[in-house]
Amino acid sequence: MTQKLVIIGAGMASGRVIEQLVETSPEAFDITLFNAEPRGNYNRIMLSPVLSGEQTYADIVTHDDDWYAAHGVTCRFGEHVVRLDPEMKLVEGQNGCAPYDKLIIATGSAPFIIPVPGKELPGVITYRDLDDTNAMIEAADKGGAAVVIGGGLLGLEAAAGLAERGMDVTVLHLMGHLMERQLDEAAGYLLRKDLEGRGITIRTQASTKAIIGDGRVEAVLLESGETLPADLVVMAVGIRPETRLATDAGLTVARGIDVNAQMQTSDPDIYAVGECVEFDGHLFGLVAPLYDQAKVLARTLLGGRDAFVVKDTATKLKVTGCNLFSAGDFADGPGREDIVLRDPAKGIYKRLVIEEDRLVGAVMYGDTADGNWFFQLIKDGTEIDELRETLIFGPAFQGSATADPLSAVAALPREAEICGCNGICKGTIVDAINAGATELGAVRATTKASASCGTCTGLVEQLLQVTLGDDFAMPTAQPICGCCDFTHEDVRRLIKSQELKSQEAVWQELGWKTRNGCHVCRPAVNFYLLADWPLEYRDDPQSRFVNERKHANIQKDGTFSVVPRMWGGITNPTELRAIADAAEKYDVPTVKVTGGQRIDLLGVKGEDLPHIWADLNRAGLVSGHAYSKGLRTVKTCVGTDHCRFGTQDSTGLGIKLEQILWGAWTPHKVKLGVSGCPRNCAEATCKDVGIVCVDSGYQVGVAGAAGMDVKETERLVDVPTEAEAIEWTTAFVQLYRENARYLDRPYKWVAKVGLDWVRDRLADADERARLVAAFELSQSIYRVDPWAEHARQAERFQPLADLTLEAAE
Amino acid sequence: MSWIDICGTEDIPLRGARTLKTALGCVAVFRTAKDEVFAASNTCPHKGGPLSEGIVHGQSVTCPLHNWVFDLNTGQAQGEDGSIATFPVRVEAGRVLIDAAKLLARSAA
Repeated sequence: MTQKLVIIGAGMASGRVIEQLVETSPEAFDITLFNAEPRGNYNRIMLSPVLSGEQTYADIVTHDDDWYAAHGVTCRFGEHVVRLDPEMKLVEGQNGCAPYDKLIIATGSAPFIIPVPGKELPGVITYRDLDDTNAMIEAADKGGAAVVIGGGLLGLEAAAGLAERGMDVTVLHLMGHLMERQLDEAAGYLLRKDLEGRGITIRTQASTKAIIGDGRVEAVLLESGETLPADLVVMAVGIRPETRLATDAGLTVARGIDVNAQMQTSDPDIYAVGECVEFDGHLFGLVAPLYDQAKVLARTLLGGRDAFVVKDTATKLKVTGCNLFSAGDFADGPGREDIVLRDPAKGIYKRLVIEEDRLVGAVMYGDTADGNWFFQLIKDGTEIDELRETLIFGPAFQGSATADPLSAVAALPREAEICGCNGICKGTIVDAINAGATELGAVRATTKASASCGTCTGLVEQLLQVTLGDDFAMPTAQPICGCCDFTHEDVRRLIKSQELKSQEAVWQELGWKTRNGCHVCRPAVNFYLLADWPLEYRDDPQSRFVNERKHANIQKDGTFSVVPRMWGGITNPTELRAIADAAEKYDVPTVKVTGGQRIDLLGVKGEDLPHIWADLNRAGLVSGHAYSKGLRTVKTCVGTDHCRFGTQDSTGLGIKLEQILWGAWTPHKVKLGVSGCPRNCAEATCKDVGIVCVDSGYQVGVAGAAGMDVKETERLVDVPTEAEAIEWTTAFVQLYRENARYLDRPYKWVAKVGLDWVRDRLADADERARLVAAFELSQSIYRVDPWAEHARQAERFQPLADLTLEAAE
Repeated sequence: MSWIDICGTEDIPLRGARTLKTALGCVAVFRTAKDEVFAASNTCPHKGGPLSEGIVHGQSVTCPLHNWVFDLNTGQAQGEDGSIATFPVRVEAGRVLIDAAKLLARSAA
């Protein structure tokens, strides 16, 4: 019996719970997931690289829309939960109630705001989520001075990121040295020196009195009376569990939501997990214990027995560019001895704290490679008497004459923790490798090791090397799927160079291991063949996903949507009448205007498709390809026809482009926009190709995006005439068809090959002419209406026979 | 066994499928690249995806909704805990015959 499980908060802890539930027992729960942020689970540990610009949001997404859809999770993102009703077992969201059988509260933590005057001024922000990160990036783009209050991990990461983006950054820290909870004074000093070397000003023992500004933050006033000018203030002094919903619902709450070892709150049907809980007096901020909690909770929900225990955690800190490690207890005390190694020139500091012949603490700065080995000695309470002479040099120097870089990893015991985020020890990884996970991706998939923050990737690769010996080749590119040994790029190249013109030729010549591929490789190979050999090879519908084979989008209830093409978004009364008639005749439940300037008929039954198409065809309407990896729409504004600002005939150009490009298959969908002036009403600057008309001609931009990623187009070329705008656009689409990997949108492809490469190819007039000619050749086959063709074979859409009738006879 | 003639092999698209309405629900009849014919439930046990709309490869079909892969010989889902019912079919002189005993049984009962 499927139970209703409602989860509040889509963070890393609840994300792991969902993973475990859907992996172990996908049918056990009907899951509804609320998240106040308008997005799902991403790897928050990696927000710092996003802030510093090394990564993008897309790189750190853990669960995307497809993942939630694939696992049947109902997502209510961007919706705050207002109230819990444990009596009625209801969660009240802003947009309505959700009943539950079991509820998980995973609201995480909220930043602590120091109660000083001016704390609510615009320009004062915290650092917790992607929105905060984006706000900082936006502020940094304007430049100026930033003051970060708090010299802990988050504050320093914010400071490093803002400095990287060119702001003038000052860090205010209340205590005597940075990160005093994780580092001793010496390591704190080295860290400070490193950060100062990057132009960050550090003020320790600095207490904030007020934030000053008229309508917006302008400066920070210190207790000492000094004022620091500031265009941005980041408050990063700490976090507290977010417990408001639990408190209001009458659950037992101390500092965090009180839970037992099964993560159950004082209400037996309500559980809590993550940074919002308090267990046995402990609060949790690092990811490793949260994942432990998630595992226990998932097992408990599925009726298993498990109990959460608090373990020692080592901290490997990621202040971008600084290597820090600390574990155990490193405070001075009677009976404690230190072993210290300093190499000032290299900026290396290591300190081991020993008590009664056992290692009790370790702090390292600059070189943290041996951290896990030390951490293991601390956890095991190993007697270090015999190792003491060379202990600080690490495992490489223990009983071995040579310092093999792999010996440190080889020397680790099976219980040694490799991946701190997921709590995966060496033995688990080695077992997985021996069981066939012989490359990094496979180890990640089977054990989750190195799948979160990624700092242990090197260690995992060394383990692969130690375990597999000569059989291990450092990873190169990934093959398309298990059916072959080639990458997408290899297959594209070989199809061209070996003149492979059929699927059978590809399977045979490239040594496919399966009879005729699978759902991953066959659609890609089908596209590569039709793009490179338009006359010799024809698109194979049986190698396309259902939508492209049916020429309609399948909906979750098995019905389809039908979207006729409206060239450039222009229609007329005859077409509208035909659409209205069809909607009535086939009982279409929903008629919707789409974002691409046309009309969507949703809820059409599969067997009605050929008939509704035939009806629409009679009024001159053809397929809008709203389902295809091909040209979708060309969005236009009214241009010079009606608009007093229009500089060119944008509607006319849009219609021409759509009539040239429609029907062509491309690696992924392609959307165009043409705006009649820089006011850009057609939103052309976030399209795959976007043309903005100006007095002097046409600005052609490419590689925009407005989906998972939002990205402005990059200027490909400015041309004076409409004919040239069409030529460049067509040539760009053909270059994309000839070179991109299947399922890469143009912006992904351009990011891989570089806009300069694209521009160089297209700037060559001969090459441009060749591309246009090649596109036209292909279009001589594909510029046809698939609806008209399918409407002629209506019987294929009907069942073969109806045996229920025979049974009745 | 009581064999019923349901269609010609050619009526099913190569590496494709057609459906058959029965008292047990919709049955998908698949035709592989090598002209082998299989019959199995049209409904994916995961989220009810229509398997006749999936990509047919080797002797397997991939569900169009979430890519579960089923072996058409056994009905077992690859790497998942789930399976679909399969039904005996044979091809004779270009005609596809299905064993109706199993399909009609329940409605008669």
